[in-house]
Amino acid sequence: MSVEEKYVAAAYLVIFAVVLAYVVIIALKLQRLERELSELAELARVKQEERRAVAVG
Amino acid sequence: MSTWLRNNRLAALAALAFVLVTASIALVFFYAPVDEDGLNQKIFYFHVGIALTAYACFAWGGWKALLVLWKGDQDADLESYVAIHQGVIFGALTLVTGSIWARYRWGHWWEWHEDQLVLFLVLFLFYAAYFMLRFSVPAGPRRSNLSAVYALFGVALVPVSILAIRLSERFIHPVAFDKGGPNMAGSQFFTFCVSLAAMLSLAATLYHVELAGKRIDVRLRELREALQ
Repeated sequence: MSVEEKYVAAAYLVIFAVVLAYVVIIALKLQRLERELSELAELARVKQEERRAVAVG
Repeated sequence: MSTWLRNNRLAALAALAFVLVTASIALVFFYAPVDEDGLNQKIFYFHVGIALTAYACFAWGGWKALLVLWKGDQDADLESYVAIHQGVIFGALTLVTGSIWARYRWGHWWEWHEDQLVLFLVLFLFYAAYFMLRFSVPAGPRRSNLSAVYALFGVALVPVSILAIRLSERFIHPVAFDKGGPNMAGSQFFTFCVSLAAMLSLAATLYHVELAGKRIDVRLRELREALQ
């Protein structure tokens, strides 16, 4: 590989790496959102059970 | 088909970006001729496309900022922020790919006496500072308004940065477009147009993905507050 080819490859690899890093960051964020959504669903379920228990009692 | 497109706009946009990016890489390496600048010139197709995409992102962020100030649209604040975030990412890519090109062509990573480069760096740093301002103020209308005013000031720098190369009397940065049109062969110009469309569609996809994430984040926070 010539020096010129190495520079061209480096430029395109940088672009690819940045887009890939962006996708990884978005994937991590989606994981966090999914975790938070599960926590909120659990919280809503607990609240609903509490309301039901109060209504029965 | 149109209903499917309406329901899956983001997926369609992502597919378009994938097709255009693949096509532009193929055109750059297998179709566009190698000119007198040598193989190094192939960096130009993505470098200029990325730079113009960064300008487009800053302009879109400015337009959304104007909507915040003009109509008090608080949703536009988030859109302005995400557009500027995209602009800074594409701006950083412009600086890095430009530096790699310059290292081979000029023998230096950077030329401080080159107006085009310095003005782009000023624009990039200006928008990088946007995040410092935004996150130093608590969330609310005050933060939206301050961020919007700052974003609008930045938009004024965009035409200055684009015109710098034409206004400058002494420059070494290549001129791809002048009053007579594109300074390149038809096949090179076609490849450049596809590369630009690829970068714009990629930026639009990333913008919508990030925006969707931020909106879900805001709604989850509201839901948590309502449940507690």
